[in-house]
Amino acid sequence: MQLEKYSDLFIKRHVGPSNNDQEKMLRKLGFNNIEDFIKEVIPEDIQLKNNLSSKLPKGCSESQAIQDLDAISQQNKVYRSLIGLGYYGTHTPSVIQRNVLENPRWYTSYTPYQAEISQGRLEALFNFQTLICELTGFEIANASLLDEGSAAAEAMSVAYSARKNKSANIFLVHESVYAHTFNVLLTRARPLGIKLKRFDSHNPEFTNSIFGMMIQLPGQTGDLFDPSFIISKAHKFNIFTCASIDPLAQTLIKPIASLGADIAIGSMQRFGVPIGFGGPHAAFFACSDQFKRLIPGRIVGESISKEGEKSLRLALQTREQHIRREKATSNICTAQSLLAIISSFYAIYHGSEGLCKIAKRIVIFRRYLELCLGKLGLFAKEGPRFDSFDIYSNKAPVIHQEALKNGFNLRILPLGAEIDKAEGFGISIDELTDENEIFQILNFIAKICGSDIDFRKIPIDYFYELDGIPTRDENFMKQDIFKNFKSETELMRYIFHLSEKDFSLVDGMIPLGSCTMKLNSAAELNPISWDNFSSLHPFAPKYQTKGYLQIISDLEKWICEIVGLNAVSFQPNAGSQGEFAGLLAIKSYFNSKNNFLRKKCLIPSSAHGTNPASAVMAGFEVVSIKCDHKGNIDIEDLSNKLNEFGPQVAALMLTYPSTHGVFELRIKDICSSVHNVGGFVYLDGANLNAQVGLCKPGEYGIDVCHLNLHKTFCIPHGGGGPGVGPVVVSETLKPFLPNHFINDISINDLQYSVSSSKYGSASILPISWMYIKMTGFQGLRKASMQAILSANYIAFNLKNKFKILYKGQNGFVAHECILDFRDLKLKTGLTVNDIAKRLIDYSFHAPTISWPVPETMMIEPTESESLKEIDRFCNAMLLISDEIIEVKNGIFPKNNNVISNSPHTIKQLISDDWHNPYTKQKAAYPFGYNIGSKFWAAVSRIDNAYGDRNLICSCSFPEQESTEEKECA
Amino acid sequence: MAYKFPEDLFYADTHEYVKQENDFIKIGISEFAVDQLGDIVFVDLVETGVTLQKGETFGTIESVKAVEEVYLPFSAEIIQRNEKIIDNPEILQNDPINDGWLLIIKPIEDFSLDDLMNSHEYKSKVAPS
Repeated sequence: MQLEKYSDLFIKRHVGPSNNDQEKMLRKLGFNNIEDFIKEVIPEDIQLKNNLSSKLPKGCSESQAIQDLDAISQQNKVYRSLIGLGYYGTHTPSVIQRNVLENPRWYTSYTPYQAEISQGRLEALFNFQTLICELTGFEIANASLLDEGSAAAEAMSVAYSARKNKSANIFLVHESVYAHTFNVLLTRARPLGIKLKRFDSHNPEFTNSIFGMMIQLPGQTGDLFDPSFIISKAHKFNIFTCASIDPLAQTLIKPIASLGADIAIGSMQRFGVPIGFGGPHAAFFACSDQFKRLIPGRIVGESISKEGEKSLRLALQTREQHIRREKATSNICTAQSLLAIISSFYAIYHGSEGLCKIAKRIVIFRRYLELCLGKLGLFAKEGPRFDSFDIYSNKAPVIHQEALKNGFNLRILPLGAEIDKAEGFGISIDELTDENEIFQILNFIAKICGSDIDFRKIPIDYFYELDGIPTRDENFMKQDIFKNFKSETELMRYIFHLSEKDFSLVDGMIPLGSCTMKLNSAAELNPISWDNFSSLHPFAPKYQTKGYLQIISDLEKWICEIVGLNAVSFQPNAGSQGEFAGLLAIKSYFNSKNNFLRKKCLIPSSAHGTNPASAVMAGFEVVSIKCDHKGNIDIEDLSNKLNEFGPQVAALMLTYPSTHGVFELRIKDICSSVHNVGGFVYLDGANLNAQVGLCKPGEYGIDVCHLNLHKTFCIPHGGGGPGVGPVVVSETLKPFLPNHFINDISINDLQYSVSSSKYGSASILPISWMYIKMTGFQGLRKASMQAILSANYIAFNLKNKFKILYKGQNGFVAHECILDFRDLKLKTGLTVNDIAKRLIDYSFHAPTISWPVPETMMIEPTESESLKEIDRFCNAMLLISDEIIEVKNGIFPKNNNVISNSPHTIKQLISDDWHNPYTKQKAAYPFGYNIGSKFWAAVSRIDNAYGDRNLICSCSFPEQESTEEKECA
Repeated sequence: MAYKFPEDLFYADTHEYVKQENDFIKIGISEFAVDQLGDIVFVDLVETGVTLQKGETFGTIESVKAVEEVYLPFSAEIIQRNEKIIDNPEILQNDPINDGWLLIIKPIEDFSLDDLMNSHEYKSKVAPS
């Protein structure tokens, strides 16, 4: 007898509705078969005729995929990397790893736009901002940036916008600044007409045409210096100083703000975030109050709720890239929330005392190692240093080889050289260094030098000293938050107390249009904690990183097959950076042909705000293309603009299905009309989830696109980052993808880097690898079809009570649908925001509101939501429609009804003081009591304007609060 | 919301109003514009003493959800700005026509109000009855 093999294909777990459910949904829409339905939705001329080919995996069970990935991960070799250069060994405390990094309450939540159900991560991010302010001494910090290189570029950009002399266009970059940071600065500087100049003196010549400078502490060679003198001299010339600073060094050094710097940036990686082959990590940005309205990225600020509760929400949102559009000065639309939160908990775990101890230990080991190497005749340059030193010696090639044999990676000098050409070696000490490691290193180097010194007899002088640089007193991080959670029990409870205030995928559907909040499965997430992925240094020798390179090459092959293009760069850390990189590829292409006339980038008015922002950032001029009354690109306007600007057109940027959630019919014609004038077509891949396996952008005319792996390919949103935005291009554009150099002498005019590390957020790529591997080509297609079916099922169920704003051919939407609430205010005094808040009472996260059309709601259920949950959502919307009618008919007052007062909190419900004109049950249990789990908003409706008018974005010093019992949120 | 359209105000397409006061002109934004912006949280205006050309931006107004620039309808020297609304944007929110004015300017060349809409024209544009 042959046992039937039990096959548990993962796709069954990924797609919410069962086959029966799918049939029910189809029947409601009048179909028997999903293929027939899809044929009606997707324009015939772009429908994929053949299924995705055998270049994609077949799909498998999660156990099979884990086995396969484990085998690949074995090709990565874990060495102890002392390479430094912005990436250091660190220990993620287990209480943080298990309860934050590996906890879906934290990683599956969305950007905290719905503040009332996001108070947990808002508080954690507020703690992060407080931490950064405490370390740097600045008044304001943001809620994180993508990485150190892009943070440096943002700092330069702020200095440029704030410059007093508007003709100044030179930005000085000190020799201490990492070469890979310089390369990112150069990428951002070129299109803006900013000239970068390296300087190596501590007393440079300043002129009025310089608007800013960047220094770094400690520098690339490990050196520290007191920058007060050059900063004060620079200020006399109205030159802003941006300082890249190591946050751990900052626990010992006087706060950089008090040394005179105007802006501080840096990477929080060594605060408990695994190196992970280069990312993702959170960068920080801090500055004085004068730059408040120019700060890039998100800021969490305090406000108050309707009930007077102190509460948090995203502040000053009008600074942000997607709102400013072509006037934006930043290239970031997201953040690295999850990583910032991890580093803030790391700081809470250690407190200032613990952090100082770690930092001092590093200094002690570094000094001791230097001292002992000196006894072997190997000397570092004189001068103050924190954790790193460089030593030049003709023994360097042998030292590197022996280091490898002993399991160590040292910094090869000069940077970028091969081992046999090495002229020196550098070592960066980190949190993980201990006595044994120091003696191991000394022993193999002593052997090479032919010395028999027994270093264990040279005592380690545990006397800590940091010469030649102003040090700080230890009076920082004195807020309660950094003192109260020293026991693991307390910290564990704090972490859970926060996370339970937040609505994540753990609680229910998050039907955010254009955000694709699908399942982030445990099997996909597990591998990121594997040592073979988490501990690799991005500049480790290639032979140690073969596993990563295999994953990257698999993903490249698969993604190219899915979108029908030819090459991928995984460098961009988010969608906005992917757009920037893709547009730079187009620019470099034209520059390589000496064609400098093509400066126009055509963008439909319905585009996401990052599109025009990225275009301007890449040096293009935006030409807006109108939309017709159906929400599609106005073909006539497009052809007029193409006629007008023909030889000046570089690209058309479009989103498909459109941001209005429709498959436009004439997409092929649109693409070919742009090709006819010699331009490229850029696709914003935000809506790829409706296309995988059904149509291929490369086939209908797209030349370059970015994908959001955090949407279509299952990387979780992390409560507002990380994101991964790889850029995919045609054969023609392949030579112009981003580059990466560890030194700054190799980069030519056509080359550019958008991130500090070559593969950006490499350590989360295994998530997308697992998804595609487990789902396979049939599964991917099935997922897209279900996503489209679910959106249409919702549109069908709601169409009698709400107006569906845009529909495509045969009256169908794509994978999302827009409900129109534009006449609501006139009839009822209510806004779409009120409806969003009311959905919280029904235990739902609101869909996207007022985007892309003001006072509308965009719903995207994704394929992962079950029919039961989708029906629960539809029922909620139908009940809300009845509630709207009650207000319209005057049964309840316009300004005091169950919708305008939502969300309702437990506190309000149990209060004896209930004067609302409706019942408590109607307020909190509108479905009746039998609804399963009920999600409660942590606070009542938050007053956004109050917080923006009275900006508080970090927890102030306790002593300033003595007059008033002020508890930090 | 019922907007007020005082007879002595003239309006630009971009929703700024002007009000002639002897040799000077007072500039503000209409009630309609304020309503569209939502909760205003920040106002930034050019320094006094500066001279700007017609069509140049003289400041930005930010609400919690939007940011809009305001444009000068005539080439003029900036004589005075309303510091009260900079300190307290709620004044602009609550009373854009009276206490919430933005600038007092002095035109540097001949100007005509004819290029602007009178209150009836503006009303029929933004709040047709």
